[in-house]
Amino acid sequence: MLGLNKKDLGVLLLVALLAMAAPILLNPFPADSGMAQFNAGYPDLMQRFVIFGIFAIGYNILFGLTGYLSFGHAAFLGVGSYSAVWMMKLLSMNVIPAILLSVIVAGLFSVVIGYVSLRRSGIYFSILTLAFAQMSFNLAYSVLTPITNGETGLQISLSDPRILDGANAPSYPNLFGAQMNSAATIDVGSWSFTFSVGYYLCALLMLVAFYISIRIFRSPFGLMLRAVKSNQQRMNYTGLNTKPYTLAAFVISGMYAGLAGGLLAAMDPLAGAERMQWTASGEVVLMTILGGAGTLLGPVLGAGFIKYFENIFSKINDNVLHGWFSFMPDGIEDFIITIIHPFVGKGWHLTLGLLFMLVVIFLPGGLVEGGQRIGRLFRRKKADTNTPDGTKTPAE
Amino acid sequence: MNILEVKNVNKRFGGLQALGNVNLNVAENTVHAIIGPNGAGKSTLLNCLVGKLIPDTGSVMFDGRSVLGRKPYEINQMGISRVFQTPEIFGDLSVQENMLIPCFAKRDGAFALNGYGSVGSQRDVIDKAEEMLVEMKLADKRHMHAASMSRGDKRRLEIAMCLAQDPRLLLLDEPTAGMARADTNNTIDLLKQIKEERDITIAIIEHDMHVVFSLAERITVLAQGTPLVEDTPDNIKGHPKVREAYLGESQDAA
Amino acid sequence: MDAILLQLLNGLDKGSAYALIALGLTLIFGTLGVVNFAHGAIFMIGAFCAVTLSKIFSLSHLASEPSGTDFLGKPKYDDVLYIKEWFGESAGAWMLDWSVPLSILFAIPVMIAIGFIMERGLIKHFYKRPHADQILVTFGLAIVLQEVIKYFYGANPIPTAAPEAFRGSFDFGVLLGFDPNAIIYPYWRLIYFAFSAVIIGGVFAFLQFTTFGMVVRAGMADRETVGLLGINIDKRFTIMFGIAAAVAGLAGVMYAPINSPNYHMGMDFLVLSFVVVVVGGMGSLPGAVLAGFLLGILESFASMNEVKNILPGIDQIIIYVVAIIILLTRPRGLMGRKGVMEE
Repeated sequence: MLGLNKKDLGVLLLVALLAMAAPILLNPFPADSGMAQFNAGYPDLMQRFVIFGIFAIGYNILFGLTGYLSFGHAAFLGVGSYSAVWMMKLLSMNVIPAILLSVIVAGLFSVVIGYVSLRRSGIYFSILTLAFAQMSFNLAYSVLTPITNGETGLQISLSDPRILDGANAPSYPNLFGAQMNSAATIDVGSWSFTFSVGYYLCALLMLVAFYISIRIFRSPFGLMLRAVKSNQQRMNYTGLNTKPYTLAAFVISGMYAGLAGGLLAAMDPLAGAERMQWTASGEVVLMTILGGAGTLLGPVLGAGFIKYFENIFSKINDNVLHGWFSFMPDGIEDFIITIIHPFVGKGWHLTLGLLFMLVVIFLPGGLVEGGQRIGRLFRRKKADTNTPDGTKTPAE
Repeated sequence: MNILEVKNVNKRFGGLQALGNVNLNVAENTVHAIIGPNGAGKSTLLNCLVGKLIPDTGSVMFDGRSVLGRKPYEINQMGISRVFQTPEIFGDLSVQENMLIPCFAKRDGAFALNGYGSVGSQRDVIDKAEEMLVEMKLADKRHMHAASMSRGDKRRLEIAMCLAQDPRLLLLDEPTAGMARADTNNTIDLLKQIKEERDITIAIIEHDMHVVFSLAERITVLAQGTPLVEDTPDNIKGHPKVREAYLGESQDAA
Repeated sequence: MDAILLQLLNGLDKGSAYALIALGLTLIFGTLGVVNFAHGAIFMIGAFCAVTLSKIFSLSHLASEPSGTDFLGKPKYDDVLYIKEWFGESAGAWMLDWSVPLSILFAIPVMIAIGFIMERGLIKHFYKRPHADQILVTFGLAIVLQEVIKYFYGANPIPTAAPEAFRGSFDFGVLLGFDPNAIIYPYWRLIYFAFSAVIIGGVFAFLQFTTFGMVVRAGMADRETVGLLGINIDKRFTIMFGIAAAVAGLAGVMYAPINSPNYHMGMDFLVLSFVVVVVGGMGSLPGAVLAGFLLGILESFASMNEVKNILPGIDQIIIYVVAIIILLTRPRGLMGRKGVMEE
């Protein structure tokens, strides 16, 4: 079905199921309980999960398959956001033209940057992309203020022309009238689930993006990209021109980034230059390697993992910590809190940096590889003890 | 008829004359060996044939068309495949995938944005790759990680990948360097078999005289960047100039 | 004319900082083959060495005897600096005033230690890993170092003053026959330039005239062969890493009075320093220095109003534009050698 083999179809369906049921699955704790702060099932956060999932899925097509480490993909995300906001200002609050334009503009942008950067490989390529992204950031921040509104960021306003919108059109991003921020909340007992239009639009697009990425992975084109990573010399002497392959991968990943940027703007109609900063590029690299570069599921997992913990960790402050460790004797409690304190709340970036190092050092294959290792461990144990318990499957 | 014609090729690296007035004709459907002591310019010559280096002067014609100024992938698409001294394969991919890549390159050319259909659905290519795997006795290693194979198998895979493109000229750069005797003999047999079964021209650069005399129909001796003699193996064996060139080398080595 | 001279001078101090950081990056890259994304963080830590020492020198306690009464009539206690107690009034005041130059003495051992720990503890394990992994792990380290500094020192820039004697400006214009105040240049920036020149000269002399330096240079050219000679090249490379860290650290110490240190200054400089290294030619020490000054001066010219009126915003992107043009026309950079990081 859908041109996929059984295993890939299974993965796609699993992701689809999880994405569709996310508003329920991510809200496992009753709304009034103390654990409610660990719930992730609210639209804003879920949208970030899937949007950054799209970003990472696209980045993985470049980095995971070809091994070209770009440090500039946030530039495409930013360009996507700006294009989308402009479309909403000029044309219509309907998100479809906005998203289309963001993909197209990011694609064009990545053709130019990719064409230049890909003339070199290895670290030169990384540094070139870094330089381009930093240049775009500087431009967006200063010179291009008429287009980007500089430091303040680009916003929509009531005086925008919006030539396609009638007088009664909604003044918030919408899909044929359904506003992105509209949501239905359903209460089941003490649980509360929010189903938002914006989230489901993002999730659907993420599934499309994921599906396309599976097709690319399994295609001859994807095979060639993996060949680029493995041995460019052999490719050249096998009659294959590596440049258009890498450029195509670069542009595809740039368009994914543009889509993600466009969606960010569609969910919350503003765009700022900080989205293009190279730390933002570093974040998508981290998502990809944390999940597992070159694997299908890795980037989605990585994006979800990082965005979830970013959210949770940022919320934890000393009061929360005191709440957790109050059962301990005072001295020990204070000691533990002093140790944890630098890593939570505003210290999330410290945790992120440490995580980055730990993953690169100990788990270069990311979470997917870690899962496989655990899986193998279980299987070996099973084989060793020869227990008849065959139904138990390793945790994913 | 000559499939490869090298005329008056010169190549300098700074002050070093790596190739001086090299003329070389390789006749179609023969095995032609190029031998010579270390530093004779064998590898430089080879690199000039495949587009890695561009000669300073002279011409290199393949099948009546000049290869000069073309990129390695273009020259490959013209029908020249190269086997490297250390096997160059796609180490991260499976043996089967390694085999598929040249088959796709043969079918789709230097670049194809073939991103939608799955690899598995391209029966023609899969079959062709499978045929080569069976022929080269690699079928049972189909799912192996190419990097984890033995050196002999890597060499076999690399040759198989080159043959999958049905090249008209196969260039081998010291294919048995660093191999044990048994592996060397296997490689000789493999090459003999290849020669027997298809219309192919083989040009081989080799150090090992055993390999050269087992395979070659013509031999060119290169010394200090210039061809000394070109003749049949029997005549080369007794040639005084060749003995001199090689005697000189063995003294250096001692 | 005077405006051009002024911009030339203005470019020198930034160029000096670029050159010093790029020099260290190149040393590490040339010797160890490692792309160190944490090198900017070392520069930043250097600047915070200056901050730390001046904070230590300003530590005080309340005097035991009241010096008078405040407006509520309560006894008023003055702050007493520890260093004034220990070293006497005038010596203490002098030390506080000269805390930035004194930080050099403090920073050298600290930076070398940090360099050693980084190399032995982390980088060493990445020699055989792909460049991408090296970039990623040092990128992670850079974030960690930056966040640690932020945790202890806060997010705001911390003004750190140069000694009183150097706070003024030097009127170059008068010296050269222009109008007074046409070209005024802060003393400290002159000192920074001279200091950089000394350090750069020192590093080159060290590499040129000592046996140690000779081995390192040989190692940069051909690591394997030098290794075959039975020379323990790894140990020397560790020391080179320490030296590179010290160079970047000192560049940071002395930069503190020019720009108040903040936790992200390392990252800001790092991106530009990479560009400098690439423009100069990966693995070329003279190239790094040349490109550092060149780009520093270019940037300062691009920020002239006359230039900005023609090409608005050019000062923001000039370095990147130049770098991209150079990489495309001279892929090896200005002075890059053949064979270094080609494939």
